[in-house]
Amino acid sequence: MARRARAKRSAGSAVAEAAEPAVQQVPPPVIQVRRLTKSYGHGDATVHALCGPWDPQTDEPLGVSLDIEPGDFVAVMGSSGSGKSTLMNILGCLDVPTAGRYLLDGIDVGHLDESQLSLVRNRKIGFIFQSFNLVPRTSALAQVELPLAYAGVRAAERRKRALAALALVGLSERADHKPNELSGGQQQRVAVARALVTAPAMLLADEPTGNLDSRSTEEVLAIIDGLNATGRTVVLITHEDEVAAHAKRVIRLVDGQVTSDVRQGPAGGPPPVLARQLAAAQAQQAQQTGALIGGRS
Amino acid sequence: MIRFAFAGLAANKVRSALTMLGVLIGVASVILLLAVGNGSSTAVKNSITALGTNSLTVTSGSGGGARTSSTVKKLTVDDARALANPAAAPDIKSVAPVVTTTATADYGNISYTPGSVIGTYPAYFETANQKIASGDYFSADDVLNSAKVAVIGSTTAQQLFDTENPVGKTISLGGTPLTVVGVLQTKGATGFTDPDDVVIAPLPTVQNAFTGFGSVNQILVQATSADTTTQAQSEITQILMGTHSLTDPTKLDFRVSNQTSLLSTRESTSQTFTVLLGAVAAISLLVGGIGITNIMLVTVTERTREIGIRKALGAPKAVILGQFLTESTLLSVFGAGLGVAAGIIGSHFSVVGIKPVVIPSSVFGAFGIAVAIGLFFGSYPANRAASLRPIDALRHE
Ligand SMILES: Nc1ncnc2c1ncn2[C@@H]1O[C@H](COP(=O)(O)OP(=O)(O)OP(=O)(O)O)[C@@H](O)[C@H]1O
Ligand SMILES: [Mg+2]
Repeated sequence: MARRARAKRSAGSAVAEAAEPAVQQVPPPVIQVRRLTKSYGHGDATVHALCGPWDPQTDEPLGVSLDIEPGDFVAVMGSSGSGKSTLMNILGCLDVPTAGRYLLDGIDVGHLDESQLSLVRNRKIGFIFQSFNLVPRTSALAQVELPLAYAGVRAAERRKRALAALALVGLSERADHKPNELSGGQQQRVAVARALVTAPAMLLADEPTGNLDSRSTEEVLAIIDGLNATGRTVVLITHEDEVAAHAKRVIRLVDGQVTSDVRQGPAGGPPPVLARQLAAAQAQQAQQTGALIGGRS
Repeated sequence: MIRFAFAGLAANKVRSALTMLGVLIGVASVILLLAVGNGSSTAVKNSITALGTNSLTVTSGSGGGARTSSTVKKLTVDDARALANPAAAPDIKSVAPVVTTTATADYGNISYTPGSVIGTYPAYFETANQKIASGDYFSADDVLNSAKVAVIGSTTAQQLFDTENPVGKTISLGGTPLTVVGVLQTKGATGFTDPDDVVIAPLPTVQNAFTGFGSVNQILVQATSADTTTQAQSEITQILMGTHSLTDPTKLDFRVSNQTSLLSTRESTSQTFTVLLGAVAAISLLVGGIGITNIMLVTVTERTREIGIRKALGAPKAVILGQFLTESTLLSVFGAGLGVAAGIIGSHFSVVGIKPVVIPSSVFGAFGIAVAIGLFFGSYPANRAASLRPIDALRHE
């Protein structure tokens, strides 16, 4: 407990320090990646999963550098084996980079010990996997309660919040179902509920809709859009352009390098698809009001 | 956490049950085998006290040197009389010369050969801790008068008389009619010989009918108390050296042996037996422990992905460690608890004629060791699981 408190305090002070210089202008990036590389294997068999541009002189990888602002909705695209999952796992503190720095909320994650890392995973990050990764033989409710249990939330409070999260993804009546009693789309919605129940500032999703049909994809994306609209930072990997259309920023990776970085909408404000829907709804409402006014005159 | 652990164990009922069975057998066998060993040494101890700790036996013959000399004198009734002198031997309470022989006893149309026929003095009964069950001992007068009476052991009584009351009946021992005056209490077999299979008659009666009036087989001496047996022993040596006209204490033609020392040899044998049994039991407990390790390793390997998921959700290492340790501890506590129950129930039955006596410390010891083994052997796989990096655990196939 004491340890947790200390970790939290040091995290807080680090944020304060990092925030100081830029306090007046735009908020500091929630994710700062500096010259990040990740390679597997040794010698000739080395695979550079993340390398960034190559230094022409030394023929050494310079690494990937990337900033993500709070509230942004980033889609990472690229062909298979381009290093998307590798990058995402490092961002989610599930893996460690070979070289380079990763600052999450201004804290250098590389300097954290095992217990502080588990705290970061629990409090700051919600991770959604392509393969759902639900705990087997565990009911949806218990599943969603897990991160809260690890955070030390009391049972009654835990239950309340887990039920609220399940309600948000529309699975209230499936709370007692085990993973093997749920459809793929429902399983992924449970996983989304589990990722958002601790109200993390950042939602990381590795192909969350990769195993889902178009209907389930729309449902899951609608939930993610909604979360982003409330200010959560979302980073999402996808192969599909329709999914990428939901993002405010699209990053393309090729062979471990960032090749394009396109902004589709402002980092603040609702995500594009949701914004359009809202605008359409408003227009319709205005039209109706107009018709009413016209009818009265 | 305990609920999680129960769920984990319940997910694989057969496997958990088999592991528990391993621990159960280990613990139960430790308790039971030690109880059997303890039971046998308790039986030996009881027979020592039954024999009387202050009795000494003088037998003829010697070790080494004296055998070749021509001066070997047999023990006689005169030797016994010399020992019975309270002035020369103040630590001797009573003396009983003993002759033993074998003869066939007849009663009605039943013929039976008892294990031994003993001729002695009434002091024998007290010295050898032989108590009367019915009737009475023969008296000193019977000895003086060479009365044709006998006291018989319970086995002999059973064989000759079955359910009939032997007291007052006359048996024919090798042709000599003897009136049974008493039946001894059952002592119970302590080894290969049955102490209850005897006919005891006054010394001159037996000498007259069978052995003749020469030497006696042994002289049974009772010291005044258990503490004075050593003094009594040296007094016997002094007196008999005199009567046998010996000068060299290293060349004696008789031997004084202490019953207690004879039996302590047997007690140490039974202790070795206990240690041996304990070792066998300890090995089975160890095997049970390895069973727990094995199961925990399998469980951890099988659930590596799940561990990865939990770590990705922010489970601290201590929680994962705790979950697996709780599981292995539950396994060993339940296994050991059932083992204690099985061991205690099992010890109510006698094993190969030995009534097991449970050693309380073995119960706590076996339980404690089983739980410690569960913790120790469970902690290795648990620690291995908890130390995995989340991504490695998640990628595990
Ligand atoms: N554990 C590992 N050991 C060795 N090589 C690995 C490992 N993990 C990933 N790689 C390699 O790193 C490269 C990038 O893999 P990554 O999983 O990041 O691809 P990806 O962009 O997510 O692909 P996909 O779209 O198919 O999921 C691949 O060439 C892969 O072979
Ligand atoms: Mg991938």
